[in-house]
Amino acid sequence: MLVLDDVTVRYGDRAAVDGVRLDVADHEIVSVLGPSGSGKSTLLRAVAGLQPVAAGRVLLGGRDLAGVPAHRRGLGLMFQDQQLFPHRDVGGNVAFGLRMHGVSRAAARERVASLLALVGLPGAERRAVAALSGGEQQRVALARALAPSPQLLMLDEPLGQLDRSLRERLVVELRQLFGRLGTTVLAVTHDQGEAFALADRVVVMREGRVAQTGTPAEVWERPADEFVARFLGFANVVRATVHGDVADTPWGKVGVSAAAGVPGERTLLIRPAGVRVGPPAGTGLGCEVVGRTFRGEHVVLVLRPESGPELEASVALREAPEVGERVGVGFEASEVVVLDSTPDGRAGGATGGTGS
Amino acid sequence: MDLAGREVTRAAGPGPGDGGGARRGGVRGPAGRFALMAVPAAFFAVFFAYPVGAIVARGLRENGRWHLGRLPDVLGDPDIVGVLWFTLWQAAASTGLTLLLALPAAYVFARFDFPGKHLLRALVTVPFVMPTVVVGSAFLALLGRGGVLDGWWGVRLDTTVWAILLAHVFFNFAIVVRTVGGLWSQLDPRQEEAARVLGAGRLAAFRHVTLPALGPAVAAAALMVFLFTFTSFGVIQILGGPSYATLEVEIYRQTADFLDLPTAAVLSLVQLAAVASVLALHAWTVRRQETALRLVAPETTARRPRTPGERALLGGVLTVVAVLLLSPLAVLVERSFATPGGHGLGFYRALQESDGTFAVPPLEAVGNSLAYAAVATVIAVVVGGCAAAAVTRRAGPLVRGFDALLMLPLGTSAVTVGFGFLIALDSPPLDLRSSWILVPLAQALVGVPFVVRTMLPVLRAVDERLREAAAVLGASPLRAWREVDLPLVSRAVLVAAGFAFAVSLGEFGATVFIAGPDRPTLPVAVARLLGRAGETNYGQAMALSTILMAVCAAALLLLERVRKNQAGEF
Repeated sequence: MLVLDDVTVRYGDRAAVDGVRLDVADHEIVSVLGPSGSGKSTLLRAVAGLQPVAAGRVLLGGRDLAGVPAHRRGLGLMFQDQQLFPHRDVGGNVAFGLRMHGVSRAAARERVASLLALVGLPGAERRAVAALSGGEQQRVALARALAPSPQLLMLDEPLGQLDRSLRERLVVELRQLFGRLGTTVLAVTHDQGEAFALADRVVVMREGRVAQTGTPAEVWERPADEFVARFLGFANVVRATVHGDVADTPWGKVGVSAAAGVPGERTLLIRPAGVRVGPPAGTGLGCEVVGRTFRGEHVVLVLRPESGPELEASVALREAPEVGERVGVGFEASEVVVLDSTPDGRAGGATGGTGS
Repeated sequence: MDLAGREVTRAAGPGPGDGGGARRGGVRGPAGRFALMAVPAAFFAVFFAYPVGAIVARGLRENGRWHLGRLPDVLGDPDIVGVLWFTLWQAAASTGLTLLLALPAAYVFARFDFPGKHLLRALVTVPFVMPTVVVGSAFLALLGRGGVLDGWWGVRLDTTVWAILLAHVFFNFAIVVRTVGGLWSQLDPRQEEAARVLGAGRLAAFRHVTLPALGPAVAAAALMVFLFTFTSFGVIQILGGPSYATLEVEIYRQTADFLDLPTAAVLSLVQLAAVASVLALHAWTVRRQETALRLVAPETTARRPRTPGERALLGGVLTVVAVLLLSPLAVLVERSFATPGGHGLGFYRALQESDGTFAVPPLEAVGNSLAYAAVATVIAVVVGGCAAAAVTRRAGPLVRGFDALLMLPLGTSAVTVGFGFLIALDSPPLDLRSSWILVPLAQALVGVPFVVRTMLPVLRAVDERLREAAAVLGASPLRAWREVDLPLVSRAVLVAAGFAFAVSLGEFGATVFIAGPDRPTLPVAVARLLGRAGETNYGQAMALSTILMAVCAAALLLLERVRKNQAGEF
């Protein structure tokens, strides 16, 4: 459906998007995930034709979009802050794209009504957009983008400004809706929860480049590199020397699963769940508990070991020690990931990403 | 969504995106901008710079050489020094007095809800668009010989400076209320609350939070008031008597009474220089005003007065408005009906007959005025609209300078412009001396600044991404302009047109020179009637003024409906 072939977008001398390759298949939902400034919104604007492409090609259904102005691309784009037309009511906003495409008044009215029902706002045609809540505006923006039946729907931080519970509910609704309609979707977000919940495939971007591509599970299980791991919120990332099924780390020797163990200087991720916390005596690494964050079913501890950087551990609530206590720490090999296990150290081949 | 936004950066940027929107693809290139600037630039060159330049040259050039020796002569004349001094101090005093009386009103209109607030806000604005001649005659009816105060207590204030100062307050009250109050009503009260929570007293919170945010608006309003009072003409002509003259009045006297063009030219230059420096100051404050302020919808910040102190403040402001703004208008209307044989329509009927004063019945001035003002409005909207579109995107000093230049006609001697029209536009290729178009052209000069000031904030508030949203949905650039820009700006265009119309209707200083004797406008007819003795003439002047006021007020009330809660500079 959509193919980005080495696309580069420049602002002056700086490349905001730098040689990005990306495929989106028919009916696929792809989320571009990255911190702000990583170039993900620019990527959408380039596909939409709102930002000129400096190099590379954008192909939609096999057709090169170079020179095609935004209004002839037949794409849908839902803006970060909706950008509903303030001088039109809800119905007028949703019908806008239909009018631009010469749909008859009666047919447009019917389609607007069915779309508003689809997004859960039946009969809202005459309401003023200024009177809508944030969630309702988001739904209207979605209906407006869907109305002309775009080949590809693009969402820019679709749920960014909503509160948490509404966001979680809408993610589920959106995924069901897109599945039912068979819509092809390219979404960008900085929120990993949103990306993982919505997408079939996730593309992590860093400074205008693709850092990793894979299914949500793949990316979560095997972050491609230190950047991706830290962006996903993992703190226990260190340099280590791997030989066989053991790695030398600042925290001492740590077992790694043999399959991942390509020998040499590597970056190691130890998931918080893989940090076992026990009594101070014994063989473990001696640590002091310096932080304790309640997360509902589990508690995240910040541990200061005798040597090496601070560690994060996730433990069950009942077993969590208090701040100031001394503990002994061990590591579970199954929760240890060798990150840059491929020789080029980029875009983790082990994760089997497409188009990276 | 608040599209009114004055020149304050709202969170209109690209948001927490990827640094994308900071460089929005400009729809218009530099070429387009210069094309837009060409129309107003040509208009001002031909109908402003050229006539003013011609009159200065007429005064100071002889045999192809400049004679600047007149400068020290004129400026050394004790009479002229007196005029300069009076012009300066009455403008300063008027400005101070206006701020003193109007700032509490700005606060009350911004922060309190009370019945009749919207109507009252419209009424407060009526004086501002009233012709100065009418303002003068209204105060004459209130404070002058045989006026209301004279009748009740034998107090006469005409020919005293107080009449002038009060008339100036009357005239400029709305500038402060609208400019300062408009912003004040959009300042988030929670900012002050935040300061209170951090330990600031009520006064300290005001001083450290609200005042700094408001400061530039107050400065801008003060400068506008100063500008208008510095160049005051009609009010002083009528209320000043022989003893008081501003520069503008003196220019008129030198030009029309003594035919001393060199002196008039020097005075015009002095006034131009003074006004230019005030405008430079104004441009500077407006620029400082463009710092980011968090604005909220005005409806959310007003509430009913609660404490006795607040109610007293509201009462005080309403009293000032009633005494200072509404009573002169009321007296004017009353006088227009007070015929020698009791109240009646006698003066109005007399307007339909022509006597020695006019070649035509004075009532025809109504039709003349409306026709002239309509043409002037079209010119002002086209020229001002192009100018506003050209300076919409913030840009370098060139555009800012152009922006300030557009304001210059507001403060330039209208007398000079009017006389300049007669002198400069009388030979081919521009022989317009006997053409009716001269009047609307001169009136449009004053209307353009209002059009620019009204449209600019709205144009600047149209988010580029709305156009992008339209494009993605299939609208071509032209279609996007029609579907997005036009509907959003159309209200501002209407408001701008209304102001241009009202201002054109009331223009006096230039029109008095160029309107043909058989085609007087309303203000010109009023002034002529006032200039003649006799009760009938006076009554007819009051009747004509009432008609003029009614037309202006009707235009304004219509605007109030259109503009709703938009804040603007006027």
